[in-house]
Amino acid sequence: MKNLVEVKNIKKNYGKNEAVKGISFNIKEDEILGLLGPNGSGKTTTIGMLLGLLKPTSGEILINGQKLEGNRIEILEQINFISPYIELPKKLTVKQNLTVYGKLYKINNINERIEFLSEKLRLGGLLNGITGELSSGQKNRVSLAKALINEPKVLLLDEPTASLDPEVGDFVRSFLEDYKKEKKISILLASHNMNEVTRLCKSILMMKDGIIIDKGNPEELINKHGRKNLEEVFLKLSRSKNELN
Amino acid sequence: MYGLFLRHFYLITRSFPRVLDLVYWPTIQITLWGFISNFFATHTTYYNNAVGVILTCAILYDFLFRTSIGFNMLFLEEIWSRNFTNLFIAPMKIGEILTSLVATALIRALIGLIPAVLLTSPLFGISILDLGIFLFFLFLSLYLFGITLGILVSAGLLRYGPSFENIAWSTMFLLAPFGCIYYPIEILPEVFQKIAYLLPLVYIFEEARNILINQTVDIQNIYYAFLWNGVYFVLSIVLFYYSFNVAKNKGTLINMGE
Repeated sequence: MKNLVEVKNIKKNYGKNEAVKGISFNIKEDEILGLLGPNGSGKTTTIGMLLGLLKPTSGEILINGQKLEGNRIEILEQINFISPYIELPKKLTVKQNLTVYGKLYKINNINERIEFLSEKLRLGGLLNGITGELSSGQKNRVSLAKALINEPKVLLLDEPTASLDPEVGDFVRSFLEDYKKEKKISILLASHNMNEVTRLCKSILMMKDGIIIDKGNPEELINKHGRKNLEEVFLKLSRSKNELN
Repeated sequence: MYGLFLRHFYLITRSFPRVLDLVYWPTIQITLWGFISNFFATHTTYYNNAVGVILTCAILYDFLFRTSIGFNMLFLEEIWSRNFTNLFIAPMKIGEILTSLVATALIRALIGLIPAVLLTSPLFGISILDLGIFLFFLFLSLYLFGITLGILVSAGLLRYGPSFENIAWSTMFLLAPFGCIYYPIEILPEVFQKIAYLLPLVYIFEEARNILINQTVDIQNIYYAFLWNGVYFVLSIVLFYYSFNVAKNKGTLINMGE
């Protein structure tokens, strides 16, 4: 499997504050990589750099073999992002929002794409609804549809199931598993939901204070640290001194 | 009670734009209306033969105001709706974002302008169309300056984030005294006149008055208006690109929606 995402020793400084201190990792196609870490560990900064919203102080990011620096537009056509901290315009209907983003991503058959996504994400009855009037679970599915409107090769997910009830959360996780398998895409999943990460990710990066302090698959990490589950591993690593430097 | 006072006191003292906002409005209002009052007190017969001049200038100024605020609103609405990040991760060049905002701002301004123009005739017996073909050039010049201000404010929003919002609302009012909208430039103190001559507004409004009152056209006024517009427009574009790069370094684009 080829690497769709290659991150090579990226650093990000805000003045004297080093938010990310030189991290490297790859994400293969058909892989979901979990990005874990306490608040302020550098996860959002890392995602921001992958999206081209933040310029790394040094280092290099390649998406699908292309350098992000100098190819921002071409790369943005191939990636997308979902986060509970960003929303779609509330006054527009779901269909209007998806049409707008379909146009922005230069999708040819927008209506067909919306139809496909609405079927997959159970949006049929919501397309003419006002986005701001939807429930959290419905908004989440609409945001996911927006994130998939361009058939991204790389999907960045920041807390994709935060504030969702267990049923909707489970639906979203199952959908992501199936979609990844079907389209062979790479997914970076930043989450504080350890059950979710255990279920979806074959490999995990643990970040703290801007560096990767441990990595491996969930089972390996649990055995290595002698804990019962990933949550306990997370707590141990969050409270301990950095293990890898 | 003291706690609530403290909450607002901390908010004000932690944000320079908020402090500026408190000082700014009274100063601008007093300056603008001071010049207007001064003008009418000393030149009571100036508008005697052209009752529509003030109203025409008011419509022209409103078009400028609508264009500028309209542009800012397009940008601010993306911040308020927390859609900002979605837009900046879409595969759009900065030039494409600016072009679409410029076109949308024009449509918004025209929607506001057309009813105003239509109403002046039946209500006050005045037609702004008396300015003739040169009306087009005056509107074009005002539109250019309006979007230039919009781009400058948007650059500030990119650079400083939502705390720059107050400035977005007030740029037009800051320029109003120097724009000589309702009075000729001679009414301003000499120092202010020098500043006013660096803005396209004074040439536009002087020319509107010249056409309506003297029934003549001074092409030089229109030329200087476009010349200054060109200078400020190019500057605003450069500043917008610069602010975008600063925002990418500072992380403003990520935090904008939060």
